[in-house]
Amino acid sequence: MKERLRFLRRPSGAIGAAILLFIVAVAVLGPLVAPHSPTQPLGVPLSGPSGASPLGTDYLGRDVLSRLLYGGRSVLGLAAAATILAYVLGLSIGLVAGYTRSLVDPMLMRSVDVMLCFPPLLFLLVLIAGAGSSVAVLIIGVALVQAPQVSRIVRTATLEVSVRGYVEAAVARGERAPAVLVREVLPNILGPVLVDAGLRFTYSILIIASVNFLGLGLQPPNSDWALMIGENRSYLAVNPWAVLAPAAMIAILTIGVNLTGDAVARSLGRSYVPRTVRSVAT
Amino acid sequence: MESPVVRVDHLALALNTGEPVIDDISFQIAPGEILGVVGESGSGKSTLALALLGYTRPGVAFRAGTIAVGGESVIGRDTRSLRELRGKVVSYVPQDPGGALNPSMRVGDAILDVLRAHRPQASGDESLTAALARVELHRDRGFDRRYPHQLSGGQQQRVTIAMATVCEPPVAVLDEPTTGLDVLTQDRVLAELLRLRADEHVAMVYVSHDLAVVARMADRILVMYAGRVLEAGPTSTVLEHPQHPYTRALVSAIPDVRQPRALRGIGGVSVGVGDWPPGCPFAPRCEHAQPRCESSLPSLEATAGHHDVRCCRWQELALEQAQETSARTQFGVPSGAALLEVSRLEARYQSQQDDRPAVRDVSFAIEPGECVALVGESGSGKSTIARCIAGLHVPSAGTITFDGRPVKGAARVRPLDVRRRIQIVFQNPYQSLNPRQRVHSSIERPLRILRRLSQDAARHEVDGLLERVRLPARLAERFPGELSGGERQRVAIARALAAKPDLLVCDEVTSALDVSVQAAVLELLQELRVDLHLSMLFITHNLGVVACIADSVLVMDNGSVCETGPVNAVLNAPANDYTRRLLNAAPSLSHERSPVDHPAGLKVTAPVRPL
Repeated sequence: MKERLRFLRRPSGAIGAAILLFIVAVAVLGPLVAPHSPTQPLGVPLSGPSGASPLGTDYLGRDVLSRLLYGGRSVLGLAAAATILAYVLGLSIGLVAGYTRSLVDPMLMRSVDVMLCFPPLLFLLVLIAGAGSSVAVLIIGVALVQAPQVSRIVRTATLEVSVRGYVEAAVARGERAPAVLVREVLPNILGPVLVDAGLRFTYSILIIASVNFLGLGLQPPNSDWALMIGENRSYLAVNPWAVLAPAAMIAILTIGVNLTGDAVARSLGRSYVPRTVRSVAT
Repeated sequence: MESPVVRVDHLALALNTGEPVIDDISFQIAPGEILGVVGESGSGKSTLALALLGYTRPGVAFRAGTIAVGGESVIGRDTRSLRELRGKVVSYVPQDPGGALNPSMRVGDAILDVLRAHRPQASGDESLTAALARVELHRDRGFDRRYPHQLSGGQQQRVTIAMATVCEPPVAVLDEPTTGLDVLTQDRVLAELLRLRADEHVAMVYVSHDLAVVARMADRILVMYAGRVLEAGPTSTVLEHPQHPYTRALVSAIPDVRQPRALRGIGGVSVGVGDWPPGCPFAPRCEHAQPRCESSLPSLEATAGHHDVRCCRWQELALEQAQETSARTQFGVPSGAALLEVSRLEARYQSQQDDRPAVRDVSFAIEPGECVALVGESGSGKSTIARCIAGLHVPSAGTITFDGRPVKGAARVRPLDVRRRIQIVFQNPYQSLNPRQRVHSSIERPLRILRRLSQDAARHEVDGLLERVRLPARLAERFPGELSGGERQRVAIARALAAKPDLLVCDEVTSALDVSVQAAVLELLQELRVDLHLSMLFITHNLGVVACIADSVLVMDNGSVCETGPVNAVLNAPANDYTRRLLNAAPSLSHERSPVDHPAGLKVTAPVRPL
C-alpha cells in the first residue's frame, strides 16, 4: 500500500530503509557469497588485508570478511526474536491493563515496576548464570527485560484511546473485550507502538551484542559480530579490521533502525494526531 | 465624530502560493467602539484579527492594503518595531487561555512582563494591582502569586484580559475569548469586557462564530465569508434586518432561548482557502442563487443606515424577507407508558485519588417520541447520566427501567434487544469514529452485531443510512479523517440509527460544531424524531438548543436535578434560582442590553462607515 510506504519519501526514511535493506541482505545472502569458511583458519593470524582476505584475518587466522558475512544472521535473528517475544508479552499486558482500568491495572503495573527495578544487563547475567547460556535463554532473557517497557507504552496509549467515542460505542454495543481491543484499540495505538518497536529492536541488538561481547551469549566458534569484537579486541593494533568491521556493522544497523523508526513516526504523525477541536465544552 | 483608532483599507492577505486568504476588507473603528467579526470556521476571521497585530501565520503574507492602528501603520514593520506596538497600542486576547499562559510563570509576573516591555519606568506594583482589579481578580486574595493551573478557565481568561489591558492600549483584539467557557463564566467575562470598554474606552475587535454573543457585545458587525465581507452594519440592523442571504441563514441557524423557532442549517460546506469561486463565494450554498451570482463577484453596496451588503439580489430579496421566520413546531407527546424511566439514580466518579458521587438521586422519564433535554454546566453530571443509560457507567444506586423492564448496569450484560434499542451519539465528532476504519465499516458494525445481518445485507443498508442523514453514498469509502466535523457527526448518527433504536442519547452532539452546522444537525435530529418516532435524551449546555429541540427539560446543578418541567414552562418562568442564572447568562440575539452595556456617550456614537 502506498500509504504505508509514505515514510520512504523522507530522506531519513529512505536512508534508514536502504541501510536496513543492506544489513538484511548481508545477513541473508552473506553466507552464500562468503569466499571462505567462517570457522576454518585461512592463514597467518591477524594478517592485514590482502587479495585473498580483503579485511585480513582474525586472531585464529580466519577470514574476517567471511565471518562478517556469516555473523549478521545471529545478530538480526536473535534481536528480532527477542523483540517479537517482548511485544507478545508487553502488548498483551499493556492492552489488558490499559483497557480494564479495574484491579487488573494496578496489579499488572506494579509487577511491571518490579521488573523495571533490575538493571537489564545484570538481570540477564543472573539468568544466564542460573539457566546456562543458550539461544533460548538469551531470547527469553532479552524479551523479559524489554517487555515491561513495552507494556507501559502500550498501556498509556490504550488508556488514551479507550475513552474515545468509537471504543465506547463498541462497548455499548456489548462487544467482547478482545473484539474491542483488536478492532478499535489496536489499530489506533499502532503509531506509537511501531516506533517503539524500532527502538526496542535497537536495544535488543545492543543488549545481545553486550552479552555476546562479554562471552556469555553465543560461544565460539560461532561467527557473530559482537563475538568478533570481543575475540579480537586485544589485537586492535595488529589488525584493526577484525574489530572495526563488525563494530561498524552494528553501528550502521542501529542507525538504520533508528532513522527508519523516526521516519515512520513522522509520517504517521499527521494521521494519528487528531485535529484539534476548537470548542469542546462538556 | 472622533477620529478612528483602527483604519483598515482594502486589506488583502494571501498564501505564499498565491491563493487569497482575505480580500478587500475595509473598516474603521472609533475609540470605545466594539466591532464584531462573525463567520464560520475558515472564513478568515482569525487571520484578520491577527493581521491587526501585524502578525500572519507561517505561509501567509500581506498582499495589499493598509492597516493603521492608533495612527501607526502596522504592515511592513520589522519584528522589533511590531513588538513596540503589540501590547501598547493593540493587544490580543487568545481563544484558549490555558494554552496561552505560560504554565511556569505566576500570573502576576506574566502581567508585569508585558508592562516592563513597554513602560520600564512604571511602578509595577501599582499597575499590577490596577490591572488585576480591572478584571476583578483582587491582589489581596493572592491572585498574582498563582500559577495558571491554579485558576479556573474563566479566571485564566481574565488574566489574559488583564495582560492585554495593563498598558492601557486603545485597541484590543479578542479572538473567540469565551469559546470553551460555560455560560455563566462566559457571561461574567463578557460583562467584564463591556465594563472595560465603558471605563477605559478601549476599542475592541471581537471575533466569534457565535452571533448571539456578538449581538450582546458589538456595536457593529462584520459578517465574513471566504475572506470577504458579505455584510457590515450596526448590530441591531444587521441582526434584525439582515440583507445578505448568508447573514439571514446564520441568524436563523442560531438557537435562541428567547425566540425558539425551527432551526435551519446552511446546506453545503463552507469554501476553503484555495477554492474560492469566481462569483459570490456563498452562491454554491445560497438558496437564492442565480446564474449571475456565480459569474462575477458582487460589490459591497450601501443600503440604508450605514449598512453594506455584498449581494447582487439584496433589493429583490428584501421584499421576500417577511415570511422567513417560522416558530418551532411543538409535537404533542402522547402520554402513556414511559419508554425509559430513571429512578433515584446515583453514580460515582471513581479515580485513584477521588471517590465522589457525580450524580445524586436523579429521577425522570422519557415517553415514546419525546425529547427530554438535560442541561447544566461542565461537571454537573449530565454526561454521566447519558453513560449510565447507554451502559457505559454502572450506577451505584437507583434503577433504570426500559420499556417496562429494569435494565442492568453494564452494556455487556444487557440483552441484545436492549442494547439495540438504546443508542448513544458522542460529543466529540473527531473522536467518535475509528480513524482506521472506512465510514461503511463503522456503520456496518452495529448492523452485524445488533441486528445480526449478514455482511452483504449490512453493506446494502449503508447507502440508505447515509442518505437518511443526508450524506452522499460516495462517503462510504472514505476514512473519517477526510470528513468535516459535521459530516463525521452525521456518520455517527447514521451508526446509531443503523441499530433501529427507540431511544437516542445525544451527548453534547453539537457543541464542537459551527453554528450553521449545529443547526443542520439539529434539523436532522428533529426530522428523524418525527419520521422514526424516536425518543431522545438530549444533553447540552446550550439553553438555546433546548428551547429549539426539546419537549421537556431537566436542569442539573452539581450532580442533582434542580428544576424540571416542560420546556416552555421552565424557560419562560423558571422557579429555581440556578435556572434563572443560566437563562440570564444565555446569549441571545434579542438580548436586552442593560444600561451598563451602553454607557451614555457611546450610545450615540455614529456607526463608522467602512471605506
